[in-house]
Amino acid sequence: MLAWTIYISFGGALVLMLLPKGGVRAARVVALLAALAGLAIAVADFARRPSGELVTVVQVSWIRSLGLEYHLAADGISLTLVLLTGIVAVAGVLFSWNIEQRANEFFAFYLALIGGVYGVFLSFDLLLLFVFYEIAIVPKYFLIAIWGSTRREYAAMKLALYSFVGSAMVLIGLIAAYVVAGARTMDLVQLSQFPFPVHFQMWAFPLVFVGFGILAGLWPFHTWAPTGHVAAPTAASMLLAGVVMKLGAYGCLRVAMMLFPRGLDPWGFHVLGLGSWREVFALLALIGIVYGAMVALVQKDFKFVIGYSSVSHMGFVLLGLMTLQQIGLDGAVLQMFSHGVLAGLLFAVVGRMVYDRTHTRDLTELSKMSLGKVLPFAAATFVLAGMASIGLPGFSGFVAELQVLIGTWRSFPVFVVIAGVGIVIGIAYTWRAMQMAFFGASHNSSVGSAAYPPISIPERIAAMLLLAASIVVGLYPQLLLRVIIPALHSPMFDGLWKGGVR
Amino acid sequence: MTAGYIEMWRLVAPEVIVVITALCVLSADLAWLRGAEARVRSMVATLLSVAGCAAAIGWILRAPLTVSFGDGVLVLGPVAQHVQIALLALTMLTVLLASGGDFTRHISEYLALMLLATVGMMLLVSTQNLLLIFLALELLSLSLYVLAAFDKRSERSAEAALKYFLFGAISAAFLLFGFSLLYGVSNSTNLGTIANMLHGAPLDPLLLVAIMMTLVGLGFKVAAVPFHFWAPDVYQGAPASSAALIASGSKVAGFFILYQVLVLGLAGAKGSSAWHGYAAGWMPVVAIVAALSMVLGNLVAIAQTSVRRLLAYSAIGHAGYMLLTILAHTNQSFSALLYYAITYALTVLGAFGVVAVVERVTGGDTLAHFAGLSRRAPLVSLCMLVFMLSLAGIPPLAGFFGKFYVFASALNADHELLWLVVLAIAMSAVSLYYYLKVLKSIYVGEPAGEAPVRVPVVQQVVLAVIALGVVVLGCVPSLLLRWL
Amino acid sequence: MNLLPPISLLTVVPLVGAAAVLVLGRKDNRLARVLAFTFAFLALAVVLILWHWFNPTAGGLQFEEVHAWIPALGVEYHVGIDGLGLLMLLLSAIVVPMAMAASSRIEARAPLYYSLVLMLEAGLFGTFTALNFFHWFLFWELSLIPAFFLIRLWGGTQRAAAATQFFIYTMVGSVALLLAFLALFLCTGKFDFMDLAALAQSGQLLPSLAAGFAWHSLTAGKVALLLCFGAFLGFAVKVPLVPFHTWLPSAYAEAPAGVTMLLTGTMSKMGVYGFLRILLPIFYAQLREVRTALLWLAVATIVLSAYAALAQKDLKRIFAYSSINHLGYCMLGIFSILKWTGDNPALAAEKAAALNGVLLQMFNHGLTAATLFWFVALLEKRSGGLRGLDDFGGLRKVAPVFCGMMGIALFSSLGLPGLNGFVGEFLIFKGAFPLAIAPTSVSVLGLLLTAIFILTILQRVFSGPLNSKWAGMHDLTLSERLALAPPLVLMFVLGVYPQLVLGFTNSTVMQFVRHLRF
Repeated sequence: MLAWTIYISFGGALVLMLLPKGGVRAARVVALLAALAGLAIAVADFARRPSGELVTVVQVSWIRSLGLEYHLAADGISLTLVLLTGIVAVAGVLFSWNIEQRANEFFAFYLALIGGVYGVFLSFDLLLLFVFYEIAIVPKYFLIAIWGSTRREYAAMKLALYSFVGSAMVLIGLIAAYVVAGARTMDLVQLSQFPFPVHFQMWAFPLVFVGFGILAGLWPFHTWAPTGHVAAPTAASMLLAGVVMKLGAYGCLRVAMMLFPRGLDPWGFHVLGLGSWREVFALLALIGIVYGAMVALVQKDFKFVIGYSSVSHMGFVLLGLMTLQQIGLDGAVLQMFSHGVLAGLLFAVVGRMVYDRTHTRDLTELSKMSLGKVLPFAAATFVLAGMASIGLPGFSGFVAELQVLIGTWRSFPVFVVIAGVGIVIGIAYTWRAMQMAFFGASHNSSVGSAAYPPISIPERIAAMLLLAASIVVGLYPQLLLRVIIPALHSPMFDGLWKGGVR
Repeated sequence: MTAGYIEMWRLVAPEVIVVITALCVLSADLAWLRGAEARVRSMVATLLSVAGCAAAIGWILRAPLTVSFGDGVLVLGPVAQHVQIALLALTMLTVLLASGGDFTRHISEYLALMLLATVGMMLLVSTQNLLLIFLALELLSLSLYVLAAFDKRSERSAEAALKYFLFGAISAAFLLFGFSLLYGVSNSTNLGTIANMLHGAPLDPLLLVAIMMTLVGLGFKVAAVPFHFWAPDVYQGAPASSAALIASGSKVAGFFILYQVLVLGLAGAKGSSAWHGYAAGWMPVVAIVAALSMVLGNLVAIAQTSVRRLLAYSAIGHAGYMLLTILAHTNQSFSALLYYAITYALTVLGAFGVVAVVERVTGGDTLAHFAGLSRRAPLVSLCMLVFMLSLAGIPPLAGFFGKFYVFASALNADHELLWLVVLAIAMSAVSLYYYLKVLKSIYVGEPAGEAPVRVPVVQQVVLAVIALGVVVLGCVPSLLLRWL
Repeated sequence: MNLLPPISLLTVVPLVGAAAVLVLGRKDNRLARVLAFTFAFLALAVVLILWHWFNPTAGGLQFEEVHAWIPALGVEYHVGIDGLGLLMLLLSAIVVPMAMAASSRIEARAPLYYSLVLMLEAGLFGTFTALNFFHWFLFWELSLIPAFFLIRLWGGTQRAAAATQFFIYTMVGSVALLLAFLALFLCTGKFDFMDLAALAQSGQLLPSLAAGFAWHSLTAGKVALLLCFGAFLGFAVKVPLVPFHTWLPSAYAEAPAGVTMLLTGTMSKMGVYGFLRILLPIFYAQLREVRTALLWLAVATIVLSAYAALAQKDLKRIFAYSSINHLGYCMLGIFSILKWTGDNPALAAEKAAALNGVLLQMFNHGLTAATLFWFVALLEKRSGGLRGLDDFGGLRKVAPVFCGMMGIALFSSLGLPGLNGFVGEFLIFKGAFPLAIAPTSVSVLGLLLTAIFILTILQRVFSGPLNSKWAGMHDLTLSERLALAPPLVLMFVLGVYPQLVLGFTNSTVMQFVRHLRF
């Protein structure tokens, strides 16, 4: 059933490509239906599933001579991320309701991207996962290059090339793993049981981790993210920050960590005080948290603030992964969901609600417009989303970051303090952005009543959908944790727990 | 061995059919159509050619053979026959695409030459005898030289053909010299016998010279560095369909024979290109050639503004990837080579088809001429999207699986090839940049005029079929792999 | 009632109300106001029912609800009330409608205003009933955010700075609180207040901290002190204690009248509640170590704030400082309890007295201060925004009822026997004096200074020659008189019959004193 999320998305993209040129309304409807169908399937499957064990959806032989299978399956982690994709996809379509220029191509690329993302989360054959991963690159390029704003062509190319380089690195590791394991199979479950030689894992792990990490915004390979997010049109930014960056993190967990767990073991010697890849990547993640936050604090462009905050939040995900604690990994997956929803919401407010109306993202200019009075819904949404992204309890970010911090405390106690500093800076830049953009003192009260189009119904629905997702998970995180925790206990992750700390 | 001429004719029946078709095309045009208008002549010639190729394919399918005739003069097996079918199919598609061209009035001669070139290709893949290899190669090359010169309105075409001819002639001389040395060393013109003679023998300087010369000759054919200098000018100057044939069919045949010569014939002299275990032979040389091709082809392609030259340099890069399979020299890697070559040929053929369309409408092939094509000719642009992405190696297209298969089989055969695989993947990542540049121009750029472009139905159908083929072969590669 | 979880229901009512006001009252200010009142009174009704069902003799928690929530983090949904909790619920449920009544001047975006007030009420209810840090902190923050926006969007001319200062102070305190409890969780694995208190009572807290912080060179004692300080900070900002009080005068002055009533009536009590419910049971040993410093801090709060009030010219600021002063008495009472009296049962009884006084003072001050600010609001309405001490004079002549009613409230704040303000302060002083002689003695100064500025107000505003500007001032309307009557009546009732409150708080207090090792 879950496989239909992929098929419907691609089918929708195909239909949209064939629509006549002027059919904007038809394009929107088709896109919305496809996205809703995907979400409905995801929710239905999520509700039916009692716990997070692996359930195979489709498994047929693809290229028998090479042992490649078309194997789709879902465990708790996949389900969570598929659910996230469904939610953000629907919200993205709703927020793109106002696209007029070449609308059917826009939604076609959008749905193709969604289809690729669903595919990655559901693939359990390594090559199939890679195929979907790469499929997702091309629509991103076009979405940004055609419908984007600031320096869009440069940003699009940068994003495409970074992603491709990352996936090239993954491909090397992937082929090497395939060959070393006897060139019989690419099945993730089987490969996770295969005892790769330790020295092989020692170089395969960082290669694949960095390859995926590039897309996840691992510092210092994150530079595509702020440029890309800013240049992209709203729906694309939502998808990029909300879902695509999670592709990278998912790859880090599902491929790098699951297949090459011995790569995390201590080297036996120390370089600059670091004794294993685990410490290296934990440190990089930590730097990402603080760096992203600090740079966000000094941005003049509203969207850049959010872009850098994405880098900072993804740092939490990666840090959680490196703790190798059950609770840290739980937190990392939960943060993937939480940040996905919140990043989508924040970009939607900045891009769609504010920029599309005021045509400026400069915070100083915005502070003269007293948007808090003129666009109250946008202000309220941003306040709530900002609070959620700070990590206020009651929203999804709190539990996720709490779990990551607890895991970090057990593995790298000193890092907790620095991560805490990152959170505090997070409060500062969110506060600053909120103040300047919405509650700037209006010197000229007559300016404040500029006639901006009111926030439309699709925007309201989408905003409430995303907020509801964050609040529901924030108040009752067990909803997701009940599938995530068992998924991390599955035999596939055994290698991770054997050497690593509980 | 003692089979009669009848037997031999039966073995080369497909080639004979194609020759007869060529002659029919010529004579039909000569006899009845001198007065008819160009469109009719073109249509008749095209139909005849396609029919002839189809008939040849039909014959092969109907009568599969596994035989070795003469002293390795004709060696046919399922793989070789399937490659012949592929070559015929490629020719058919090229002929159909050429039907839209208006650069010459002598369309029948043009198509006849194409068919003769095809004969050369088909012979190339069905022989393991040095003499016949040379013969087939010359038949192919001479036809291609003339095909390249066919656009008499353009001096670029003449220049291209001349360069092609000069390079080709010199390379042919090298090849012949090399072959003669090989014969001298082994006292046989049969690749198998040569292999036996060289087996276990020490590497003497004469042999090394022979290997080098052979490599020069064959390297020219596949446009590998440093024998690639003809490629950009020929790709740019020749008429689109000629360039298409040069880029597609002749590449397939060229790689096939390169593999046969090196892996079969010179098996004893391969040496080793392992990172830490260098041994003299053709492998280290080929490894360096492969590396240089990959790097140079992709890096120089970045700077190109003419799509044709871009395709030329990318062809050099792809040649580098394909050479990896030769370094691996296993059955699996051979299968990978053929899959890659055939799908690459298909893709490049399609790409040249699109280039032809654009040139006819806008008069040029630079990136600026492609601007906004997606608004004016959506189907053609979509096809180009498929072709460019396949060349870049984006799944689920054939190009991706081809690359994966090549890399996997290379690593599977020999772990020491890792450095080349890494280089290949890195260069592949680089290549995305220039392929995206073309697509950027098509999809993002603003069109010069708003009028939709009228593309003849035949071209559209052919391009769509090719694009569909690329997609399907990428999604379900076993369709092709079964035959290889 | 046994089928429905009463406390959860209580907390949900204002939340539903907030949504209803926003959605239904969107276009109609009047409807918004009516809806807001309805839900506020509904909440009051539920609290009164709870009071009715409450067992005054049982000392422990009642109406407890425990549900598993996030097992992975040791978080449960645990709520319950004892005498202290019930008292705070009553106070909140009473002050919120009063605040709404005083907000009649709010026209701009009124639905949002009332919705935020209701959300604040939900936050209050949640804070006073939650017993697991996770959702307690949730509600703690839930009360902070609406308060910020209420000040920021409807406040006076300096509202931006006031709101920002309010936010930053409270946020820093909250963060310190969060960190302290996170550290506690990391070392003990518990978020539940009752569990943590039990841990501290049985002497397990220090060993757990020692184990958790083994990687660092700090001793367990120092770590505990550090964590105690973190939590202390969070509450000290809220009460507020000197020197963390500097946000208060601006915030109270700039906030609209209704919001100030909420701030002083309920939110400041959150701080004191925190001390009683959370800090004291868990960190009593650490607090005891610094008892003397804390006592003098309380004294400083009492005296300095009263002194500052003397110097103010703005009525609102006078009452703001007065608030600090009155709550200083609560803190004095709380800190005096820390004295070790294990060998002296008589002193233990004094602890009970002091604690009873603290509870009573919390309620009384909440009521009185809110009423006082309400009067200031009414005055502002009539004077067109003026509220300086020197702006008025002789109002007794033109608005006698107003003066009379406000006088009652003023005298209650002064601590006149017979009114509610007296009882709490009396009990605190009675209990604290033997436990902490010197600080209590000095604090009497506060009483004196309070008397001075209250009387000054009475004299400057109501007595003396009539300021000709206000010759045409209207007295209180009938509706206003009716609205103000209940709090004033309550002031009298509690002054004469404090047993109304002590009846159900006493058992809780005794429980505190008996079971908690002070």
